[in-house]
Amino acid sequence: MIGARSQFQLALSDVTEGMRAVHVWTALGWQDILQRYRRSLLGPLWLTISTGIMVAIMGPLYGKLFSQDIGGYFGFLAIGFVVWQLIAQTINDCCSAFITAESYIKQIKLPLSVHILRVVWKNVIIFLHNMVVVIAVLAWLQPHLRANVLLFPLAVAAFALNAFFFGTVLGIVCARFRDIPLIIVNVVQASFFLTPVLWVPGMLGRHSWTVDLNPFYHFIEIIRAPLLGEPVNPRSWLIVIAITVFGGVWALSMLKRYRARVAYWV
Amino acid sequence: MTLVKARDLGVDFPIYGGKSRSLKSTFLRAATGGAIAEDAGHRMVVRALDKLSFDWAEGERIGLVGHNGSGKTTLLRAVAGIYEPSSGTIEAHGRIASMLSITLGMDAEASGYENIFLRGTILGLRRKETMRVVEDVCEFSELGDYIHMPMRTYSSGMAMRLMFAISTSVEADIVLMDEWLSVGDAAFTEKAQKRLMQLIDRAKLLVIASHNLELIRNICTRVVHLEHGRIVEPAAPS
Repeated sequence: MIGARSQFQLALSDVTEGMRAVHVWTALGWQDILQRYRRSLLGPLWLTISTGIMVAIMGPLYGKLFSQDIGGYFGFLAIGFVVWQLIAQTINDCCSAFITAESYIKQIKLPLSVHILRVVWKNVIIFLHNMVVVIAVLAWLQPHLRANVLLFPLAVAAFALNAFFFGTVLGIVCARFRDIPLIIVNVVQASFFLTPVLWVPGMLGRHSWTVDLNPFYHFIEIIRAPLLGEPVNPRSWLIVIAITVFGGVWALSMLKRYRARVAYWV
Repeated sequence: MTLVKARDLGVDFPIYGGKSRSLKSTFLRAATGGAIAEDAGHRMVVRALDKLSFDWAEGERIGLVGHNGSGKTTLLRAVAGIYEPSSGTIEAHGRIASMLSITLGMDAEASGYENIFLRGTILGLRRKETMRVVEDVCEFSELGDYIHMPMRTYSSGMAMRLMFAISTSVEADIVLMDEWLSVGDAAFTEKAQKRLMQLIDRAKLLVIASHNLELIRNICTRVVHLEHGRIVEPAAPS
């Protein structure tokens, strides 16, 4: 029924109905992965292999370049790289989430959030495949883990929630302005070098406080630090929580204003 | 009981990049398509549906006729809730089965069997619900062992049979169709027609857009003639 409810209620129910349609976005997201690896012998295992190769090459190389102790640096880089891939790919996929789902949006009435959740789900699955590499590295390094490792699933969930919120905003904006996805690709690429993935914040010396201004850093840190057996600065969690609240409000207000327009734009 | 109710329903498509006024006047003289107009913010829009008001009740079979670009498909999509009105209101009550594209979501690399579930998911069926119809779908489509082969090995006719079978196994109150679905060879077509008629008979309301006036006359109880996004003559089928 359209017309009797306020735009805000419609936006809210788009989100709740989307979340409830778990079977739809899990099936579609999984299908996206299968489609890429159909008829290949190893299938999605290729994700694990490519990440393994990248980490195996970059670890020793950058360890040498930055003259780091190879053990500790290797783990730092492996986890950081895998998390960064998750962040970067999710952002780029969210930009095109509605554009690529055009045929769905125009043929069948589904909550918009389904298309974003599909993308987030797909990337979380890929991340879990890549975690095999991380686990292999950790098995080799055997860091002394702390109790905070129990927060790892929570940190991934916090990322997924933010990916959903900001992905909704990006998806809507990109559906309307087709230059934005291309701008975002470049911003993400530049952020890779500005975020402590290849380098450790300490290397910046007295400028190391600047990493705190980088939101990506905090999302990586809450996932990376526990796996390395390091304490997580509570500030990182506070910032992530603040960003989440902000993202939720922003996503809802974007949905409220533009939800009905997306079908016209794609 | 009224199932679909529209009051001054308007659907405007914004045209981004189209700004020339001379282009606009050229379009205005065109025989097909919606009227080109300006919205409140002086942006150019195609007025695909212009102040439509109607009540479609239970038991009706609505036939939408009109030129290409007269707004038939847009109206179907507005009923489905895909295009929310730019002005006015439209309400639809009941479960909607939209047969606008029966191949949507098909994955050529997946087997026919997997595609039944994929398509079922998109149509809003739970796995358990699809389980209940899967046997009927396999049997009806007459694909035999092909059902376990990737769909890329199917001929287009075979693929259509399967997608038709799964799309028509959904229960719905309102059935939306863009042109009558006709699939397969002569023998199968007859079987398919019967299945489609059964689906329509079970539904409370059918809305079909078609250029086939003969067909509209045969199955519809009401004809809605659209021109440039307006209803011109709500005539009864003769």
